[in-house]
Amino acid sequence: MDYLLTEEQRMLQDLARQISEERVKPIRAQLDEEETFPWDLMRDLAQADLCGTIIPEAYGGLGLGCLENCLVLEALAAGCVGVATTYAASFLGAYPLLLFGSEEQKSRYLPPLARGEALAAFALTESQAGSDAGAIAAAAVKDGDAYVLNGTKQWITNAGEAEFYTVIALTDRAKGARGASAFLVEKGDPGVSFGKKEKKMGIRASVTREVVLEDCRIPADRLIGKEGLGFIVTMRTLDLARPGAGALAVGLAQEALDEAAAFAKERHQFGVPIISFQAVQHMLADMATQLEAARALVYAVARYIDSAPKDYSKAAAMAKLFPTDMAMKVTVDAVQVMGGHGYMREYPVEKMMRDAKILQIYEGTNQIMRNIIGLALNKEYSKKK
Amino acid sequence: MLRIVVCIKQVPDTQEVRLDPVTHTLKREGVKAMINPFDLYAVEEALRVKEAQGGTVTLLTMGPPQAEEALREALGYGADGAVLLSDRAFAGADTWATSLTLARAIEKLGGADLIFCGKQAIDGDTAQVGPEIAAHLNIPCAAWARKLTFTGEGRLEVERLLDHGYDAVEVRLPALITVVKEINEPRVPSFKAKLRAKKESVPVWGLADLGLDPEDVGLAGSFTQVVKVFPPPSRGTPEVWEGAGSELAARLWGRLKQMGPR
Repeated sequence: MDYLLTEEQRMLQDLARQISEERVKPIRAQLDEEETFPWDLMRDLAQADLCGTIIPEAYGGLGLGCLENCLVLEALAAGCVGVATTYAASFLGAYPLLLFGSEEQKSRYLPPLARGEALAAFALTESQAGSDAGAIAAAAVKDGDAYVLNGTKQWITNAGEAEFYTVIALTDRAKGARGASAFLVEKGDPGVSFGKKEKKMGIRASVTREVVLEDCRIPADRLIGKEGLGFIVTMRTLDLARPGAGALAVGLAQEALDEAAAFAKERHQFGVPIISFQAVQHMLADMATQLEAARALVYAVARYIDSAPKDYSKAAAMAKLFPTDMAMKVTVDAVQVMGGHGYMREYPVEKMMRDAKILQIYEGTNQIMRNIIGLALNKEYSKKK
Repeated sequence: MLRIVVCIKQVPDTQEVRLDPVTHTLKREGVKAMINPFDLYAVEEALRVKEAQGGTVTLLTMGPPQAEEALREALGYGADGAVLLSDRAFAGADTWATSLTLARAIEKLGGADLIFCGKQAIDGDTAQVGPEIAAHLNIPCAAWARKLTFTGEGRLEVERLLDHGYDAVEVRLPALITVVKEINEPRVPSFKAKLRAKKESVPVWGLADLGLDPEDVGLAGSFTQVVKVFPPPSRGTPEVWEGAGSELAARLWGRLKQMGPR
């Protein structure tokens, strides 16, 4: 289906697809097997200028919007969601700077990110604070012209490989929702260390570690925005990133559908290709329809966000919720269509099924997405008279 | 400041090739096309030399008007400029006429210090055009280069791929190098370069621009002519034997004895 993209958007999409086809796909099984960090691919993306998609031109980026970012993420996810997550998580770490950073901070950190010389990471989650982000314990204490951070962040994507970490820590527990602040911590800052690489079900090319801060002393100018804005920085960052998670799901599901449908045409049983059977056709039809609906939703929300509305939390949550639930179902069905072959590691779909699960969990669980949408509806309908 | 030229060719991106019934050459217009794969390695090597030594990289191709797409695509890797050589008179050219046309264009550009070509085009498969351009320009040619090292001002050491192993030669600039895939890993295109490439003006030079005689170019200027193109006759389905080496050796020996001396 033609989504009436501009020529520039098509060029961007083609470039991302070229990289996905030629560079990611040939090594995705190996990356998954060996759990190697995809540095070579990050270098290729940097060469293609794609590390700067949403970074303004003034800082060396392409200055493009949410839709363009989603187009690239979708194309890369068709290659490998582990690789695409590594790439996307760097933008997640950059959003706080883009949205709330000072000119000095932007000039310092955005150019190396845009050039792909450094990766970023977003450090919010802790062992007792997942969906309940307000329960974080990591704290930042002001000491003269510095802050001293203490705490342990859990399951941080790109931890240990990234240079720049946006860390959410409490500056005044008593202030509740205004009790946290966002900070830029550099890998080389004193007191920064990382936990072991976690072993995951899927996205195994993506690295996940603890970030441990022990008397981590950073200059006061590393505060992003103002004290007390931490949870607002978090909400706005996640809102902006969520359609991207939806885009990953769309790319993944498309790849799974492509594999399953191609297989169904080749595989003969009872003397005919199995795609001839209505049972298989109906499965493929449902997969294709749900996938297209998800794609249309992601693009519509991305375009809406690019029009700079005041509040897009509900739309962003929808753009994450629906596609990721869809991708889980589509990848499971893809394995089913491929039967025994689908279950074998020699074929790519079992990896896709393993990769899909995390999309329903990270960047806000799909249960939290439903909370957000429900709350928004509650507010909307109480305003109507 | 090195003046580097890369000659590229747009080739069919399809297994289904159609031939002109008169000239027996490929019908190129309207067929899905791509940059000859070896030429991407040539472009990459040219860019690496430019990054290391300084200079400019100009792309050159001879083809129908649609060959401009190949130039724009190659500009997307970061080359500085491109020229299309296109004229009805150039059609049907064999490698001699093609190389003459390209050589004259290089002269019109003001000459080059280093010219890169891919080893061969995957449609013609002759591997002749590169060395012939060098002959027309009277400059040395090092073919099938798998590694390039600058050893001094205007001096290159070139490792050339042989059937078994490689040799190494020293070449003085100006020179023409044809490259094999072992020479490098082509980079991915740059989006910024692709945006610039979209707006880049690509001059088109024809017969008159190059000051060439119609007798010297195209089919008229070709010393060779394609008489027939055909797939080789099938030699039947071969027997495939699988097994351990010693098993197969014994079996082969048995079969040879059975066949007797020939």
